[in-house]
Amino acid sequence: MILELAQFLLVLAIAPLVTGIIRKVKARMQSRRGPSIFQPYRDLRKLMSKGSVVSHDASWLFNITPYVCIASVAVAALLVPVMYASTFGFIGDLIVLIYMLAMMRFFMALSALDTGSAFGGMGSSREMYISSVVEPTMLLSIFAMALVAGTTSLASIAKLIASSGLDLVSPALFLAAAAFFIATLAENARLPFDNPSTHLELTMIHEAMLLEYSGKQLALMEMASMTKLVIFLAILSNVFFPWGIATEATPLAVMVGLLVFIVKIVLLALVIALIESSISKMRLFRLPNLLTSAFILSLLAVISYYILGVS
Amino acid sequence: MYGQMLLPLLISVSLAGTLLSIVTKRWERICRVAPFIAALAASVVGLALALEVLLGGGEPSFTIPTAVPALGHFAFVVDRLSAFFVLTISSVALCVCIYSIGYTREYAGRYSPATMGLLFNVFLLSLFLVVTASNAVLFLIMWETMSLSSYLLVTYENRDREKVSAGLLYFVMTHLGTAFISVAFIIMWLYTPGEHSFDFAAFRELGAGGLLPGAMRDLAFVILLIGFGTKAGLVPLHVWLPQAHPAAPSNVSAMMSGIMVKTAVYMLVRCYFDFLEVTDSWWGLVVLLVASISALMGVLYALMEDDIKRSLAYSTVENVGIIFIGLGAAMVFQSYYYADPLTNAHLADLAALALIAVLFHTLAHSLFKGLLFMGAGSVIYATHTRDMEKMGGLAKRMRWTGILFFIGALSVSAIPPFSGFVGEWLMFQSLLLTQNINDPMVNVLLPVAVAVLALTGALAAACFVRIFGAVFLARPRSKHAAEAKEVPRTMLAGMGIAAGASVLMGVLSVFIIPVIDGVTSSVLGVSISSKLVNGLVLLPSTGEFSSMSPLVIGALLLFAIPLAFLATRRLGGRHTVEQGDTWDCGTPLNSRTEYSATGFSNPINRIFRSIYRPHTEVRTEYASSTLVKRKITFSTNIEPVFERYLYAPVATFVVALARRVGIIQKGSIQAYLAYIFVILLVLLVVFR
Repeated sequence: MILELAQFLLVLAIAPLVTGIIRKVKARMQSRRGPSIFQPYRDLRKLMSKGSVVSHDASWLFNITPYVCIASVAVAALLVPVMYASTFGFIGDLIVLIYMLAMMRFFMALSALDTGSAFGGMGSSREMYISSVVEPTMLLSIFAMALVAGTTSLASIAKLIASSGLDLVSPALFLAAAAFFIATLAENARLPFDNPSTHLELTMIHEAMLLEYSGKQLALMEMASMTKLVIFLAILSNVFFPWGIATEATPLAVMVGLLVFIVKIVLLALVIALIESSISKMRLFRLPNLLTSAFILSLLAVISYYILGVS
Repeated sequence: MYGQMLLPLLISVSLAGTLLSIVTKRWERICRVAPFIAALAASVVGLALALEVLLGGGEPSFTIPTAVPALGHFAFVVDRLSAFFVLTISSVALCVCIYSIGYTREYAGRYSPATMGLLFNVFLLSLFLVVTASNAVLFLIMWETMSLSSYLLVTYENRDREKVSAGLLYFVMTHLGTAFISVAFIIMWLYTPGEHSFDFAAFRELGAGGLLPGAMRDLAFVILLIGFGTKAGLVPLHVWLPQAHPAAPSNVSAMMSGIMVKTAVYMLVRCYFDFLEVTDSWWGLVVLLVASISALMGVLYALMEDDIKRSLAYSTVENVGIIFIGLGAAMVFQSYYYADPLTNAHLADLAALALIAVLFHTLAHSLFKGLLFMGAGSVIYATHTRDMEKMGGLAKRMRWTGILFFIGALSVSAIPPFSGFVGEWLMFQSLLLTQNINDPMVNVLLPVAVAVLALTGALAAACFVRIFGAVFLARPRSKHAAEAKEVPRTMLAGMGIAAGASVLMGVLSVFIIPVIDGVTSSVLGVSISSKLVNGLVLLPSTGEFSSMSPLVIGALLLFAIPLAFLATRRLGGRHTVEQGDTWDCGTPLNSRTEYSATGFSNPINRIFRSIYRPHTEVRTEYASSTLVKRKITFSTNIEPVFERYLYAPVATFVVALARRVGIIQKGSIQAYLAYIFVILLVLLVVFR
């Protein structure tokens, strides 16, 4: 119980740090020194101390969205294993997790439309378009893992794969992991889908949706997005490659689990930073090509399970 | 025990309602209200009847004497399956009746309230009787009453050409469906044991006794799917639905989309599981395939519509597709169970799970689609247009309508913990559990169905972001929208009950599912609620496959949102909120600079171009020289694929055939008498 709660708090606590690390690595690759990896915490603190300006075209929806977003991400964070393969899993499985994040997206897209700005509409429209192509990929790739492990509970998948050594390693695992990684980039507004550091009006997607938010409301929205990224990275590292995660609640196992998790997250952050430094944003209407290949990968993962796995 | 009295009471209250609308015809104000009060009373009686049967048991019945013994017993029997659909009908009708009291003011002085009251009561009664009839002939009579009364309601605004022609399409399609259903019943009747009988009791022996030969069973399966698929709006038989549902007055649309399409689900469950027995796995796979196509096509077309009610109607096509995906899964499980009942005992549980998902989503969809259509009706009541591009900014002008519509949008977009989500979650679980079937065909096809369901879910969310955004958010796009006022309280009350029910159904699903399990166990003979529900948690399968607790999710959200709100106020000082302008890059914003509904869905239009086949036209008018443009017109529309490539050729063929046959129409009485004589001779020779 305490460990589960600690995991949840850890996800929230390190969310700005992960974003900070990615930014730092990117800056280094561009031969800049870059801000400290703790800069996102300072940004959040600063935003929290500022007032908000709300458009007079906006309705009640615009004002409640930041709270709903942070709450839905928090509930999703309860379901993700971090260093110990057990969560508040009875609340929901991976389908619930994906739909909690869909809830956040639903509110965010609506709030973007609410101010009547063309940028908001653009962001909202593009976000819903990309997400509708990503969602099948995301579900199928985790389903492939659910088939391998025989459960849709994230913690149980992690536990089963981690404790069975290399027995469950199969092509399905790698295919699904690749598909899910592409989905992670798309869902979290990373390159090549969206440029997180852009403020060029015509190319932004995620930023365009947040454009009208300011002060405390912006802080909540930023925090929600950062947490979402950590949730995805945690799934990537603990559902697809859970080795090292604590399967028992002994202090040593948990410490090892924590260390391994940090290493994995930092590695993933490095990979993302590397990708973002080496490729450019794709044209909006070229994205389905990449996303369809990700979808095919996830479908192959499921089918390969049946062809190779069951015997 | 008083269940036995409730059914006659229900019928007499409904009939009283029809009488009332005729009697009060002269006093328009009373006439607008009285028939709906009667219908409301009928719904309350229906609710009591359904709960009595679902919670208590017993099978109340009501028999009407018939003069023709060959047709069997004309009886209405409320077994558990019927009771569940009586519950669905009465809970939606209850909300719609309250809503209608205010809504009919829309037609004051233009169309007769007596007609509306009369037809509404007949329609409601026929819905109740369709799901309780226990004789094929009686069922068809009720089915026709339902179809005709709803046809007359669709064409209620009979001075509007477009609505009349939409009604005609509905009229043709529904009778096509009825023809198929009749043939299926006749096939079953031919094989009933002993003396041929139209009673459902006799039909039930068909499956149990294995009396139908294989080919006839398959034929009956296909014909029933076409017949009832027409009413349910399965692609490609859906073409009437997006025309007729929007043409009807909004309270009737709510009834048609919410309930009427579900009568087809009712009868298919009854026919397939009760009468025919699902023993071939390809039946389920066919249903799955058709259902997946329906779900995807439905939502794709919903995304392209500017007409709010038509968009909602396409969303009904989508949701019926989702319901049929569950039905297909249940059929697949059931067939594999029958193939080897001893080793596949666990598959019977999974069939029950899939059927629970079907019924749960049926009830959930009835409530939230009823709510959404009532919401659309309110918006149209206030703005006098169905075009979403002319709405906007209504969340501020019609606050309560906005909030209630939003609850409907959350439910239909499968956002946890609302009812739509729980239904889809159960659907996902039952599809995932097909891994228990050892058949490569099933194992490869089912992940595709999962992907379709996921894609449909995401597109549905996009669709309702689009609808809610265009209708309720940002600035008004027309004068009517700017001057919109909140609708009367009765309308809000009707929507409010439906919205409350949608929320509670999701959050309290752990208490509702055991009741539904009682229904499915009466159909399949397997009860799984003891395994499925554990305290506040749903566990869909044996073993630790997965679990979910909508109640806890709801509670967590209810706790986390205020917590976030309070924490924000605490941290970093006071929260000041200023009003300001939207960032405009220096160009003043107006209603034309907002993102339009068409613009919103354009990216989706582009990636699904091969399905939509969009046609875009840009026309430029020049003044004096080609350098001075006077006007640029942009128009875009998508190709109606099914109408053009499926229905148009058939219609052309039928018309051509009629012309050919027309040759024998000489117009002289002697010729016709000669025809009759020849036919008589032929018949005498053949049937000597």
